[in-house]
Amino acid sequence: MNEMVARTDTLNPLTADAREFEGKALRAQLARSTRLEKAKALLLVLPLLLFIGIMFIFPLADMMLRSTDNGPVAELMPDTATRLLDWDQSTLPDEAIYAALARDIQTAQKERTLGKIATRLNFELSGIRSLLTKSARKLAQMESSDESWKQRLVQIDQRWGELATWSAIKRVLPSVTATFYLSSLDLAYDAKGEVVRKPPERAIYVDNFIKTFAISLGVTLSCFILGFPVAYLLSVLPTAKANLLMICVLLPFWTSLLVRTTSWIALLQTHGIVNDLLVWLGILNEGNRLDMMYNMFGTVVAMTHILLPFMILPLFSVMKSIDPSFMRAATSLGASPFTAFIRVYLPQTKPGIAAGSLLVFILAIGYYITPALVGGRTGQMISNFIAYHMQQSLNWGLAAALAVILLIIVLILYWLFNRIIGIDKLKLG
Amino acid sequence: MNQNSSFVEFRNVQKSYDGKTLVVKDFNLSITRGEFVTMLGPSGSGKTTCLMMLAGFETATYGDILLDGQPINKVPPQKRGIGMVFQYYALFPHMTVAENLAFPLEVRKLGKSAIKQKIGNALEMVELGALANRRPAQLSGGQKQRVALARALVFEPKLVLMDEPLGALDKNLREQMQYEIKRIHESLGVTMVYVTHDQSEALTMSDRIAVFNDGIVQQLASPATLYEEPENAFVASFIGENNRFSGTVKSLDNDRCIVTLDDGDCSIRALPINITGHGSRAILSLRPERVVIDPEEGSLPNIFKVRAEGVTYLGDHIRCSVNFGQRHQFIIKIPNSEQHPVLKPGSDFRIGWAGRDCRAFNA
Repeated sequence: MNEMVARTDTLNPLTADAREFEGKALRAQLARSTRLEKAKALLLVLPLLLFIGIMFIFPLADMMLRSTDNGPVAELMPDTATRLLDWDQSTLPDEAIYAALARDIQTAQKERTLGKIATRLNFELSGIRSLLTKSARKLAQMESSDESWKQRLVQIDQRWGELATWSAIKRVLPSVTATFYLSSLDLAYDAKGEVVRKPPERAIYVDNFIKTFAISLGVTLSCFILGFPVAYLLSVLPTAKANLLMICVLLPFWTSLLVRTTSWIALLQTHGIVNDLLVWLGILNEGNRLDMMYNMFGTVVAMTHILLPFMILPLFSVMKSIDPSFMRAATSLGASPFTAFIRVYLPQTKPGIAAGSLLVFILAIGYYITPALVGGRTGQMISNFIAYHMQQSLNWGLAAALAVILLIIVLILYWLFNRIIGIDKLKLG
Repeated sequence: MNQNSSFVEFRNVQKSYDGKTLVVKDFNLSITRGEFVTMLGPSGSGKTTCLMMLAGFETATYGDILLDGQPINKVPPQKRGIGMVFQYYALFPHMTVAENLAFPLEVRKLGKSAIKQKIGNALEMVELGALANRRPAQLSGGQKQRVALARALVFEPKLVLMDEPLGALDKNLREQMQYEIKRIHESLGVTMVYVTHDQSEALTMSDRIAVFNDGIVQQLASPATLYEEPENAFVASFIGENNRFSGTVKSLDNDRCIVTLDDGDCSIRALPINITGHGSRAILSLRPERVVIDPEEGSLPNIFKVRAEGVTYLGDHIRCSVNFGQRHQFIIKIPNSEQHPVLKPGSDFRIGWAGRDCRAFNA
């Protein structure tokens, strides 16, 4: 035995090091031989990479930075900014800071930058805009006197004598801020700089995140319930009939989203077709027509209709690949058709269910146009708030923070999905 | 139940899918307990349809199917208690081997320990005990086949149906599995109905074979009878290799007839099987291995001069195609024995055969 071992050793003179060297050489050879192919492949996808880089990643990154960007106040009020750095927020600032503020306001007024400062500060504490413009106007009219700047400013408006005003100014001075994220989560700073909950009547975003989540979940669930039988039918019908049904499924894709949504309005509004029909049938009185539009119900119905194909198509592609002999095998083994469906068919459609649900849910959670048209007051989703802050209030920082939170939620869901089901099991068609 | 009762019986069964043509026309078959019966035929001959009607996945448009004396036409498949092995195994991909085997036992509400024991026995029977926790995707074709077989047997059905179960395997594995299935059949004594289009598979495994063509059973007989004594031209040509000639019957005795070939240059003495009479058209069928080379003059009724065209060496035998009367592609098989004659392409020699080896069928 020992001799044998010795012989095999001598027959195999390569030491471990030598073998490893050979392995490296082989890898290098492989890399060389495929280098040209790789370069060609890269060249082919280069336009798309550039497009994605310029049109998608860059704006996205810019938007994400905006959510923490504190704005230009520190540069526009340099004197106040440097002096406020050491202020401890427990008492009102001293005379020197008041003087600096007065100078900065006057300079800003002259250089027409006061508007920018006022806009940013107003996000921090509403009402500051008018305070600043008023102060600038009064300071310009004021003649020189012996009174201290502090007295003069408090005289113009007593809010200059409040701690909250000054902490608001101090908060916009660092280069990054958490204000927008705090607002997104219905939190705010109080006068002492502590993070506190917003009063209930102003707390809207957390509730809306929950509502957005609930609507998306409801839409996903109703898409599944409505889509599963259709997908099954598609997979078992003879080709000619299946094609016809497929066209019906895809028809919504070829119709304008706006047309589809407005037709739901025609159907579901208070004096719409469905209510008229119910009244005509005597099920409802003229007085108590159902509110099916401009609320959460309307949003869910219209979105389900629009997102249904995204559930049906992945389900169909998975069902199509399930051999009918599985069901036959199950029944031949003694299972009733119901048991066979639950234990043999349904588990095999899991990748389709997962793909369809993920697709519908992620599309739904960021949906904008439909809730905007049919959501009314109670059917608004988080995207509508983002759009509002982008277009109406021009509070881009808050819009960005809301969007980033939405993105994080989606990413967490995606991660959970990958952990539980596995993204490689996904089948989109 | 009567004494010579059949376990499975088809009575005048017909099946049509479209209401216009019959896929199965008047099918009658009776299978006794413990028998291994194969339905053999080309694709589209109705054999799989018959199997599916027996399993309950298709309904007969006419006629009765009886299992153990009871008509089962209206019994749903899950209540028939028939084990079935499918062409592509139909193992549930989301379950392990053990879970696949447990499935028929769980739906029958057996206890946990009983299930475990039965799974163990079934896996042992197909020699796959070590693979209980694998998924079907991790098994080779042959292993999948064994699991499918074990699953069809684990709930101890009295009847097992197999729909071309070995079609997806390569040749060596197929032959190995044929013996395996045969062994299990013999050790368990279950009744098996097997569908295939592979005649060698049918000949190897079956007690009896039903040869299907055109929705009709052409012949139902043991493998030997089927090969040696085919009853009509289709069976003769479908089972094994054949030399076929067509001609006209010149004279007809009880057990002899003379057929003049269409070319008119020679007459062949043959055994009439279903020849209707003098002057009718006939097809002659002769097995290549029944041809004698260089027979003694006058020792055989049919002796002809031929020229060798192509010689193929096939190991256990030599295959030679010859020019017979300058018109026919005629195959002869010579067993590879020590004293076998050496044939070269282009050489002339004589061949002959006995009258009973050449069967004459009504064309």
